[in-house]
Amino acid sequence: MIKIAMQKFIFMLVSLFILITATFFLMNGVPGSPMQSEKATSAQVQKNLEAYYGLDKSLGEQYITYLKNIVKLDFGISMKKRHHSVNKMIADSFGYSLKLGLAAIVTSLVVGCYLGIIAALYHRKFYDHFAMTIAVLGLAIPSVVMAPLLQYIFAVKLSLFDTARIDELKDYVLPTIALASGPIAYIARLLRTNMIEVLNADFIKMAKAKGLAGHIIVWKHCLRNSMLPVVTYMGFLTANVITGSVIIEKVFAIPGMGSFFISSVIDRDYPLIMGTTIFYAALLVLCRFLSDMAYIFVDPRIRSAQGKQVA
Amino acid sequence: MQNNSTTKIVKALDRFAPLKQNTLARDMVVRPRLTTWQEIWIRFKGNKLAMLGLFMLCALLLVSIFAPLLSPYDYFSNNLKNANQPPSSTHWFGTDDLGRDMFVRTWKGAQISLFVGFAAALIDLIIGIIYGGIMGYYGGKVDEVMNRFSEIIYAIPYLLVVILLLVVMDPSLFTIIIAMSITGWINMAWIVRGQIMQLKNQEYALASRALGAGHFRIIFKHLIPNAAGPILATIALTVPTAIFTEAFLSFLGLGVQSPVASWGTMIDDSVGAISRYPWRLAFPAFFLCLTIFAFNVFSDGVRDALDPKTSK
Repeated sequence: MIKIAMQKFIFMLVSLFILITATFFLMNGVPGSPMQSEKATSAQVQKNLEAYYGLDKSLGEQYITYLKNIVKLDFGISMKKRHHSVNKMIADSFGYSLKLGLAAIVTSLVVGCYLGIIAALYHRKFYDHFAMTIAVLGLAIPSVVMAPLLQYIFAVKLSLFDTARIDELKDYVLPTIALASGPIAYIARLLRTNMIEVLNADFIKMAKAKGLAGHIIVWKHCLRNSMLPVVTYMGFLTANVITGSVIIEKVFAIPGMGSFFISSVIDRDYPLIMGTTIFYAALLVLCRFLSDMAYIFVDPRIRSAQGKQVA
Repeated sequence: MQNNSTTKIVKALDRFAPLKQNTLARDMVVRPRLTTWQEIWIRFKGNKLAMLGLFMLCALLLVSIFAPLLSPYDYFSNNLKNANQPPSSTHWFGTDDLGRDMFVRTWKGAQISLFVGFAAALIDLIIGIIYGGIMGYYGGKVDEVMNRFSEIIYAIPYLLVVILLLVVMDPSLFTIIIAMSITGWINMAWIVRGQIMQLKNQEYALASRALGAGHFRIIFKHLIPNAAGPILATIALTVPTAIFTEAFLSFLGLGVQSPVASWGTMIDDSVGAISRYPWRLAFPAFFLCLTIFAFNVFSDGVRDALDPKTSK
């Protein structure tokens, strides 16, 4: 098990390194310099600016400094907002994204599992159809539509929430629902399929024959055995929530990482793009690594034969 | 004694009479012989929701091709006098902020979404089959090296690659498709690999080999067609994902550029005006959801039809 963990960890570092390198060379391969602006600057000013951002050195040297700085977790200085370090900008915005992301993950796990369990227990009855209708809708309505729709209905028409403000707890409700709707549907369907299978297993019949109470069977025997795919899905869920928040933050005007990332892409603010990309990548790759580990930890069968699960 | 028993047996044998020809009909196969694909189609037809999905997809495809051709309007001409008109008999879906007909633009968006979806699926399919086929068929060291490579690519977050590429290249339909294909093929390659590994040890593959067939022939003539089921199910899921990603990128302003209309850009354009001109959001949003819904139920149906175990 430790061997597999080490192997996965090394892969994680390799892919991160590839992404960092690719980001660097892609950003340097773009024609035109970020120093070019509408204002005519003298040759001296241009030179000073280049020296300030370290652009006067050769590409190889720049790459080495860049790698060294990343190891020190220093992502450089933003080009659009003068004298703002990228680290500070990430630190300022990440808080909002983290809160929103955690809220969405917890919501989708709780609601998704609940719907899935209900649907499996009342298989082919009203509650099952009801839960699965919600799930189909959740899967079919992309966040691009869900977020404006929620905003329109609950904030504009019913005035229950503020349209674009993020101070109180209440302001997180709509963005969280919009972000969690897809994962809720996915988890509900995943859990339902697995639970129906497990409910027909021999050991459940055995537990019933022993006269165990229904809730003990469900919680202790059934849920534990059908949670496996949900555990694997956690890595994807986190990735989905992190990338999905880009849209949600745009619609609800939340000053989080996602809106930062997009504005940096549109502004072509290269240090900020590289900083946010690497931060995102590290986060996503780490999530995937942890979910792989969780999977190996939960399911002893994987420890020997390394199975490949594709979601 | 022995003689006696022999006559008994002969007598007993006499009681056996040859059957008349027509009684043999009982042994005939009553059910017509069906190929695997016919059986799958019958199972698929039994699933009403999946048939609805298939029907909706066909309808969407046809309307998106013909509606822009038959309409008197086009998707790019501005007409500022007619800006922000609600739906009426002349403009069925209303007009947008530049007075462009929303009906034509919505179906133009459908063309783009469907094109992106199918193009991405096709590229994934080609690369995935070749890469996965080689991995699964040769196995051993080749498989090990190629698998490690795909695992490393897979770990790179897909959306980041897409966005990075769109920074470097000009945002266009072509760029979006290329960017999506960079990481998209891996799932397909893994599915093909798993299938090929199972199938290559089957007797018919061995027989073909014994008859002197080359590797290429065995892979493409025997193995790939038999792995078609899971491949089809994967494609049916790739298409809506690609459509979703295109809408996502266009919504962020990284997709196709004006005046070309995509559902994502139309939604992006209309979000700000949602309280006054809701129809500008409603139509593209509705059809985007409908398309993704249709693909989802269709792919569920395909999966269940291919594997009867899951439908219970």
